[in-house]
Amino acid sequence: MSSMKVKAKEKDGIVEVKALIKHPMETGQRKDQKTGKPIPAHFVQQITVEQGGQTRVSADWSGGVSKNPLLFVKFKGGAKGDMVKVAWTDNQGGSDSAEAEIK
Amino acid sequence: MQTDTKRRVFLKGSVASGAVAAAVGAGLLTPQMVLAEWNKAAFESKTVEDAAKNLLGLEGAAEESGDITIKAPDIAENGAVVPVTVDVNMDGVETIAFIARENPSPLVAAFHMGDGGVPFARTNIKMGKTSDVIAMVTAGGKTFMAKKEVKVTIGGCGG
Repeated sequence: MSSMKVKAKEKDGIVEVKALIKHPMETGQRKDQKTGKPIPAHFVQQITVEQGGQTRVSADWSGGVSKNPLLFVKFKGGAKGDMVKVAWTDNQGGSDSAEAEIK
Repeated sequence: MQTDTKRRVFLKGSVASGAVAAAVGAGLLTPQMVLAEWNKAAFESKTVEDAAKNLLGLEGAAEESGDITIKAPDIAENGAVVPVTVDVNMDGVETIAFIARENPSPLVAAFHMGDGGVPFARTNIKMGKTSDVIAMVTAGGKTFMAKKEVKVTIGGCGG
């Protein structure tokens, strides 16, 4: 059901979070090759990475980020066993989230 | 003091509209984590200077800094997927912006540090043609930058 795979790893006090998001990331500049009509912009706009009740890192994206994008960020303050949640919203009102345990 | 600055960055601007409101309604973002609204003016800017002004309030040039490391291929075979990593060796980093100078809309991504956020980010970007990839970083109220040219053999903006 989730569009995302999330992994979180702690080493030397730094938590690395990697998320792979399945999303078309359309810029709105492309045209449908059959109909010639523009394909509407459809891209992840905002992402949050949460742990311990805090947003550790957030990101704002445009359609200039690649299709099925990767997110790789880091933060301090999490420990092995804690849960990390990655959540995104897109420009068409879509959203999704996934959690992973810090290993 | 640092926490207050970060709170201001997150909460400034209207949060009442669009996708963020939908996410709040769906319970995906709790009120304490509501973000500043997606910066349409910055992401639709057509020049690096306008993007930097709209996103970071930058007037004039950003100071080039050796404390910002950009990792990106010298030559990108596929402009649709160019991996870019930015690592910053500075204290008090607030925002890291990924900019591709020659893209129709140069600002591609902005990463905001929350409590404990480490100033590092990696994602894959689209590049239409050979261009400087620019990282702009705000730290302690100042803006710094670094750049690296990425040659693109097949453009990836699809436009």
